[in-house]
Amino acid sequence: MTRFLKAAGYAVGLPAILLTAWWFGSANSTDPFWPPLSTIIETFPTTWTWDRIVADVFPSLARLGIGFGIAVVVGIVLGTAIGLSPTLRALSEPVLEFFRAVPPPVLVPIIALFAGYTGWLGKIITIALGCLWPILLNTVEGVRGLEPVLGDTARSYHLSRWRRLVFVVLPGASPRIFTGARQALSIGVILMVISELFGANRGLGAAIVQFQRSFAIPQMWTGVILLGLIGVLLAAVFKVVENRMLAWYLGQRQIERGE
Amino acid sequence: MSSSPSTLAPPARPRAGARPRRPRRSRDLWLGVVGVVIVLAGAETLSRTGIVNPDFLPPVTAMYAALFEMLREGWFWEALWLTVRGWAIGLAAAMTLGIVVGFVIGSVPFLRKFTSSTIEFLRPIPSVALIPLVILLFGAQPQSAFVLVVYAAFWQVLVQVLYGVADVDPVARDTARSYQFGPLRVARSVIYPTALPYIMTAFRLGAAVALILEITAELVIGVDGLGRELGIAQSSNAVPETYALVIAIGLIGVAVNLLARFVERKALWWHPSVRSENS
Repeated sequence: MTRFLKAAGYAVGLPAILLTAWWFGSANSTDPFWPPLSTIIETFPTTWTWDRIVADVFPSLARLGIGFGIAVVVGIVLGTAIGLSPTLRALSEPVLEFFRAVPPPVLVPIIALFAGYTGWLGKIITIALGCLWPILLNTVEGVRGLEPVLGDTARSYHLSRWRRLVFVVLPGASPRIFTGARQALSIGVILMVISELFGANRGLGAAIVQFQRSFAIPQMWTGVILLGLIGVLLAAVFKVVENRMLAWYLGQRQIERGE
Repeated sequence: MSSSPSTLAPPARPRAGARPRRPRRSRDLWLGVVGVVIVLAGAETLSRTGIVNPDFLPPVTAMYAALFEMLREGWFWEALWLTVRGWAIGLAAAMTLGIVVGFVIGSVPFLRKFTSSTIEFLRPIPSVALIPLVILLFGAQPQSAFVLVVYAAFWQVLVQVLYGVADVDPVARDTARSYQFGPLRVARSVIYPTALPYIMTAFRLGAAVALILEITAELVIGVDGLGRELGIAQSSNAVPETYALVIAIGLIGVAVNLLARFVERKALWWHPSVRSENS
């Protein structure tokens, strides 16, 4: 019990100190850009009403979800194909190397040419394209780095191509796929916000910038905090999914390290 | 990612020229060239035949013509310099800060426990959340980009350095203690070789993220640099120039990746993960 309390103390200690410092440090702030924390917290419920969440936050998250989902599917399929075939890999390597190096936000002007930027389509394509490369490249590496013994064993048991794919290749590559997906998710959140900053738009990112432009500073701060909380929440959800799906792998690693 | 680095001291330098050349390498190289040609030729054909509207996707030759046109103009080099400078300064600051803070937190168990929840919470906060704030504080000045770049890259570096310091082999640490190494000597010959591969990973990840945020700041906030030029080209409907700038920025990205890998190899020539690639 004392151990639990100690751990809880460690977890809560510093955040409590920081929040207290922010609260009292900003309490009598008259600087319009740094309103008191109490004002920000008071503004929060009136700013982020249910209607506003439905109108702005959910669509943003939905676009992120769809774009990320497309990237996961396409990335794993293409990545597995490229990873399994040395010829395909050699053929595509320099091209992929280039596309990976392009910072995703520069896609926005290009996609704006094709799909415009007021609807959902352009934003979803932006998010999907930005998320695709980390997943694709990590899948390739994961498939390539598969233990050769596993492949040989599967072959000597005459597993069909399909079964080999589903029971050997994909599980073997999954730790790397998750690494890629984690990188992709944080890029996706960045693109979710950036894609709303072009043209007239609604959404979480658009709302925050709207507050900033109309100098509604406490409201802007609530938006920044909300976006931060969403980032933290998404990372936590991802971690839960990863821990469940990679339980076998994480456990194996722990045993190998003798923990 | 980082394979588990060993804590052994650097072994003897491998014999010079011992790298066996495999015929496979040159075949792969040719296939890579073929792949690039296929993509370029494919895009050219799509545009020339009008399958994709050439107003949206101009022929690749037109893009490169626009790019070479730009290379002769002063503003391009000015913008390129500003982008690279912003990236380098921000990355350097983030690396310094991340390594110092990481070593301090990582080597003191109390600090490590005390800060871990805060780090876990602050790290996933998307750096773009700070965009409205830096616009208010600095507007379109380079400081805006600096804040975003440092914030984004710092967490990457810090987390890697923390992993690195934590990864020190207990046997190596105990051995150092039995030999009565002083703290500086421990830091130099036990902690540093363990953490170095992680620091290199941090550099690679941080360099890429820093470039993303630098370009974002230029594109979205209007900080001077290639990103801003890209935004201007797009809004004035100069399509080949838009593509040319995207290609230029992409090539900077490739250069950043190559640089990171080069530095990694130079600094880690003794490390098993690098040596096994060469053998």
